Amino acid sequence: MKKKTQDPRFAQADKEALLSLAAYGLYFVWWYVCAYGLGSGDPDQYSYVWGLPSWFFYSCIVGYPLITVLLWGIVRFKFREMPLDDDPETGFGQDVSSATQAAEQEEGQP
Amino acid sequence: MKTPLMTIIPVVVYLVLSFAVALWARRRTSMDGSSQGFLEDYFIGGRSMGGFVLAMSIIASYTSASSFVGGPGVAYSLGLSWVLLAMIQVPTTFLTLGVLGKRFAIMARRTRSVTITDFLRARYQSDAVVILCSVALLVFFMAAMLAQFIGGARLFQAVTGYPYMVGLVLFGITVVLYTVVGGFRAVVLTDAIQGIIMVVAVVVVLLGVVEAGGGMAKCVATLKEIDPGLITPTGPDNAVPRPFILSFWVLVGLGILGLPQTTQRCMAYRDSRAMHDAMIMGTLIIGFLILCAHLAGTLGRAVIPDLEVGDLAMPTLILELLSPFWAGVFIAGPLAAIMSTVDSMLLLASAAIVKDLYVHYVLKDDASRVPTASLRKMSLFATGVIGLLVFVAAIEPPDLLVWINLFAFGGLEAVFLWPIILGLYWERANATGAVCSILTGASTFFALSILKPDMGGIHAIVPTTAAALLAFAAGTLLGGRSDRIP
Repeated sequence: MKKKTQDPRFAQADKEALLSLAAYGLYFVWWYVCAYGLGSGDPDQYSYVWGLPSWFFYSCIVGYPLITVLLWGIVRFKFREMPLDDDPETGFGQDVSSATQAAEQEEGQP
Repeated sequence: MKTPLMTIIPVVVYLVLSFAVALWARRRTSMDGSSQGFLEDYFIGGRSMGGFVLAMSIIASYTSASSFVGGPGVAYSLGLSWVLLAMIQVPTTFLTLGVLGKRFAIMARRTRSVTITDFLRARYQSDAVVILCSVALLVFFMAAMLAQFIGGARLFQAVTGYPYMVGLVLFGITVVLYTVVGGFRAVVLTDAIQGIIMVVAVVVVLLGVVEAGGGMAKCVATLKEIDPGLITPTGPDNAVPRPFILSFWVLVGLGILGLPQTTQRCMAYRDSRAMHDAMIMGTLIIGFLILCAHLAGTLGRAVIPDLEVGDLAMPTLILELLSPFWAGVFIAGPLAAIMSTVDSMLLLASAAIVKDLYVHYVLKDDASRVPTASLRKMSLFATGVIGLLVFVAAIEPPDLLVWINLFAFGGLEAVFLWPIILGLYWERANATGAVCSILTGASTFFALSILKPDMGGIHAIVPTTAAALLAFAAGTLLGGRSDRIP
């Protein structure tokens, strides 16, 4: 699969895969920093939110809705809908050229 | 509390519902007549999953007995640290869908792949890769299904008081029958129902525990009195050291990309919108399930402090805290989790025999050489026989299979992870690399799991993943350039 015959849908698909990895990375950082940043001290010194130790509250109870919202944003604004079946004529998707053009226009005006 | 009849009613209602869905799915199955059409329909539902069903299906195929009984049981012993560990699983749905992504969906359609093995065959054009993968899949799946059956039947026994065999027959027969009859469509539809039941179940038990413990703050205070370690991120006596917990980011994060029953979902959705919706819904639902189930296990320690075995925590909490009817609703939750894991494995094991081995090697990839009716009979038959084999094995569990199950998930990851990922994203990846990676991954994982060398708390999957990656790269570079990419 040479570069010049690369299916144009793959470029967008690769970008989306990287964004998913980035979201995974962000969730990890949040989880790690909250849990060990707030929770490494003496349990007697813990502060509490809603009856739970704050390290747990922020890393687990807050962390997971937060990543869901972040993900919603990423999917809503960065992911593109595309046909998944191949067009028998070209071997590529049918509406790819128009879809990518529309995508480029949208990106020009945020 | 000895009113097992009330407990069993919700369970039976739920099992009957699963049957109804299978029959309905069977009628939906398109009868367009071609053999390839039948295979695509029976094993992958004609790639018709929408967002909600896709999300539920990925969650249900991933969550198993351990998410409801084993995991919360450890959380009972080790406190909030284990909930912290469990929450690493939150990104699994969006990571699987996102990283395999549309590239995977497009390539699967282009190559008409129905199973992961199909995809690997089309990508690497290698019999060695196909046979290694099919064998690994069959062996690990049989062992994993057996363990799920045993777990389910024991749980049923603990909660209802009925003998082990009754539970085994009830849900073992149900899951085998509806999978045989309804194929992939029945599997994913029951997955969706099972997902909903799991959500209801965890909410019921968490609320029950918090109420019995006198509120959240009081529960946590009681835990701290029992052992301050229960409310720290590292657990009592540093039972959950940091290198160990960080390994789980590799095991459940990266690793889930290597579980065939989960990744197959990523080639079965209807369109890109279904994938987008599933990424968000899936994350929301799996996070909720895991948080509630494990938190209930942890806080349960404040209500019933003196259990000796963590595994008993959930069944005991259910019996002590819930009315018989609600106990039945809860018990349907883990049963649902078990059945939804077993059904997808069953179907994939059957696909490995019918599609990956029979159609390819006996029919030379031309499914139209046999009439659809006999291919259909054969698929149903293969699914049924595998199911019955596992069922019979579960009556008197053979030690060997129980032992293999300990390595099933890690082993699948070691075999499938890099061939799938690098096959997708590395143009030069070739069959030599894939074979090296499969052999190195599996043997490293087995060796490390058996010898248990001191690795400072790091889980065996971390060095395994690294070794498999190196082997893949080395094999690919030595194996020469491949230009047989579909």
